[in-house]
Amino acid sequence: MIVAKLSTRGPFGRWLPEAVAVVALLLFPSAFALIGGTADMADRILIWGIFGFGFDILFGFTGLLSFGQAAFFGSGGFMTAYLLIAGYTQNAGIALILGTLFASLLGAIIGALSLRRSGIYFAMLTLAFGEMFYFLDISPLKQFTGGENGLSGVPATHIGIGNWFVELHTPEGMYWVIAILFLLGFWLARRIVNSSFGAVLLSIRENGERARTLGHDIQKYKLAAFVIAAAYAGVGGSLFGLFQGYMPPDAFYLDTSGQLVVQTIMGGAGTLIGPTVGALIWIYLRTALQQLPIVGPVWKMVLGIIFVLIVTLFRRGICGGIALLWERMVGKQAAQPPAAQVVAATPVESAPRKRAPLDGKVILEAKDITKRYGGLTAVDRVSFEVVEGEIRALIGPNGAGKTTFFNMLAGTIPPTSGEMFFRGERITNASSTAICQRGLVKSFQINQLFPGLTVWDNVRIAAIARVYGKFHPSMLRDAADSEEINTLIAQSLAAVHLSERAHAPARELAYGEKRRLEIGLALATRPSALLLDEPTAGMSPSERQDTIRLLKSIAAGVTIVIVEHDMDVVFGLADRITVLFNGRKIADGTPDAIKANAEVRAAYLGNPVQQ
Amino acid sequence: MNWTLLWAQLFNGLTLGALLVLVAMGLTIIFGALGVINFAHGAFYMVGAYAGYVAYNATHSFVIAVAAGAVALLLVGVAIERGLIRYYYRRPHEDQILVTFGLGIILVEGVRAWFGGISQRLPVPKWGEGATNLGFLYYPTYRIEVLGIVAATLVVLYVVLYRTRLGLIVRAGIEDQLMVNILGINVTRTFLVVFGLGSMAAGFAGVINAPIVTVVPDMGSLVLVQSFVVIVIGGVGSFWGALVGGLIAGEIISLTAMVQPAYSEVMLFAAMAIVLILRPQGLFGVQGRQ
Repeated sequence: MIVAKLSTRGPFGRWLPEAVAVVALLLFPSAFALIGGTADMADRILIWGIFGFGFDILFGFTGLLSFGQAAFFGSGGFMTAYLLIAGYTQNAGIALILGTLFASLLGAIIGALSLRRSGIYFAMLTLAFGEMFYFLDISPLKQFTGGENGLSGVPATHIGIGNWFVELHTPEGMYWVIAILFLLGFWLARRIVNSSFGAVLLSIRENGERARTLGHDIQKYKLAAFVIAAAYAGVGGSLFGLFQGYMPPDAFYLDTSGQLVVQTIMGGAGTLIGPTVGALIWIYLRTALQQLPIVGPVWKMVLGIIFVLIVTLFRRGICGGIALLWERMVGKQAAQPPAAQVVAATPVESAPRKRAPLDGKVILEAKDITKRYGGLTAVDRVSFEVVEGEIRALIGPNGAGKTTFFNMLAGTIPPTSGEMFFRGERITNASSTAICQRGLVKSFQINQLFPGLTVWDNVRIAAIARVYGKFHPSMLRDAADSEEINTLIAQSLAAVHLSERAHAPARELAYGEKRRLEIGLALATRPSALLLDEPTAGMSPSERQDTIRLLKSIAAGVTIVIVEHDMDVVFGLADRITVLFNGRKIADGTPDAIKANAEVRAAYLGNPVQQ
Repeated sequence: MNWTLLWAQLFNGLTLGALLVLVAMGLTIIFGALGVINFAHGAFYMVGAYAGYVAYNATHSFVIAVAAGAVALLLVGVAIERGLIRYYYRRPHEDQILVTFGLGIILVEGVRAWFGGISQRLPVPKWGEGATNLGFLYYPTYRIEVLGIVAATLVVLYVVLYRTRLGLIVRAGIEDQLMVNILGINVTRTFLVVFGLGSMAAGFAGVINAPIVTVVPDMGSLVLVQSFVVIVIGGVGSFWGALVGGLIAGEIISLTAMVQPAYSEVMLFAAMAIVLILRPQGLFGVQGRQ
């Protein structure tokens, strides 16, 4: 089961986790019986495991901690039970599908509401909405749900054709039905996690804001993850009711959501199989501890203590810990891109760059843009035009309004007045995602990377935005299978000289390498214009020279607007320079013209204009 | 229209709301200053009620019970902040939520193991027995007194928050935590004090509310959920948000109960959903804080 985490992308390894799961599921009942486990317990563990696949995609992979999953577990379960009891269908399979759809629909509604806030608010909101479902269940919807009594007498249904069928009411028979759904759920969850969709989910966990500025509509991705989790909860809840023949209101308890969270953390979040392992521990320990004389009454407290210890000291949980050990022993060979591609990718041409004609087509235009913060005017009616292919530097003393101006161009702050156009289209007040999707991309002054992902996977997030657009819910195709994306990644890495470091986690890079990766991320979105915020900040002189060379080679195909303090960099790179001072534009011209401009000198040196 | 019933329900809403204000206030102050949302806050409230119950059985004095509940939770809060929470200030919010949630489980199950799951009662104090004639309504004396006690406590909290150096730091922390750290203020001690005070508010509320509700190990979970709703409606980290949000929540629950009892709790969440759609940062929340 450990292998599940280390998704080997080679042709032989691809089905290994599923194969291991099949063997484990076949052996589990007998192995579990050896330590005193019953079929009833085994069924419960797998149901919690299915419930957990969805939750792990939501929390472990997307980073959204929900305390309201009971709502979907309960809703799915009650819908399925109700359909069967009321006689709308005799087919447990159809009831289960409808119950799951119902849970997914509710997931879409509650998700849309809860995702209006993030972080702790999201956790509080999901918890609150989860409780709402409990109250709905026990009171207003009593006639459907049986209120505090729950729904008993879910009819014994069998699945199968002719003489080949399984009775759903014996735990032993039920085990195989649950196991097949578990396997399906595992396969699907692994597909989702390894798809480009899954890669974007991971990037949201690592740095959601950055994913947004690379052109991903992260709200949609989050909502999709939420609905997936609700669907898995619906399947789990439906099976719960079917296997017990009874759907209890406890399914809606906060304790249900809490147990799921605790199991996932204990087993290891972000491993898919972690919640199942957590469920095994919870359910087995509960039974085992309850038989002990002193510990018996406090079994849940003991589990609570274990949980707090794991959160505090061992945050990766059991499966995460095992995976870590495995990685250390076997070495990091997982998820490596095909080596051939790295070599084959043609680096962006490094021929000496010809200056772009300065009377070419205007690609980026700002008309009288102004930003006011209360009484302070940070940027005052600045207009400028950038011609396709040029390198434009934006300079000015501290407090001149460069960064504000720059952020308005990138769409991270809205202007108070004025208009902006990119390739002739109006981009005033467009979201940073939309601006990025149009090909105007910003690279940050402070490194904004996905620290837990490898260099290769960092760039992959940008490449996905380029190739698939702002939202692409293709969940079944392995992200590594797209030649187009792989080539784009390889080219971008080659352009910023990071091909050698493709497998290193971003957090382990040296400072200069991080800066280059930052530029590489922007490049991989294939921008037509690149906004660079102090690309050489904090670099040593030799790193600076490298960066100037790098930017020159990149500029062959891209228009660049650069904010920079270092005058050597500015005059070594720029075709034209725009000077801001006190929020106004005071000059605009070639480096030579700027050097000769008296007003610019005055602005920098502070002496009056008289020579 | 039954005016007496309406008045009674308005007052019930007020009492319920006042207690929610007290619990939510502790939660919001701790979050504002420390950036930690305490999922064990409901359990703190419950432990307060049990501490009061034990003290009352030993002394038969309600005042001592209240003091015991508050002091016990001050100590619990301080111990937990020193022993656990302080290691979490630099960790992700998710971890803070998880550890406080786990803490809540331990406290609830610990109390359940010690006192059993059956409900206990803390009697209404002598000076709160019977009903008072308000002219338009006979209303239980103790509940009127609760309103007074909560109001007085809130005045004290307000003075602490808005008239003392500690309060200034707490409010500054709500605005910009990083800046407060940079200014070289001894945040370690401030955090300890704030966590202790926030916990104390929960414990205090637990004892005050104990004669109105039954004392059971699970009594905190509903209060926790409701105070989350209060915070979402009012806006996190805001004194006035907690106050207004709490009163609104109390009135929604009790007025709906009069019209359509089955929906009284559900309406509260519906109100939260409406606030989320129209004003996601909450009534008194500042836009941009997460």
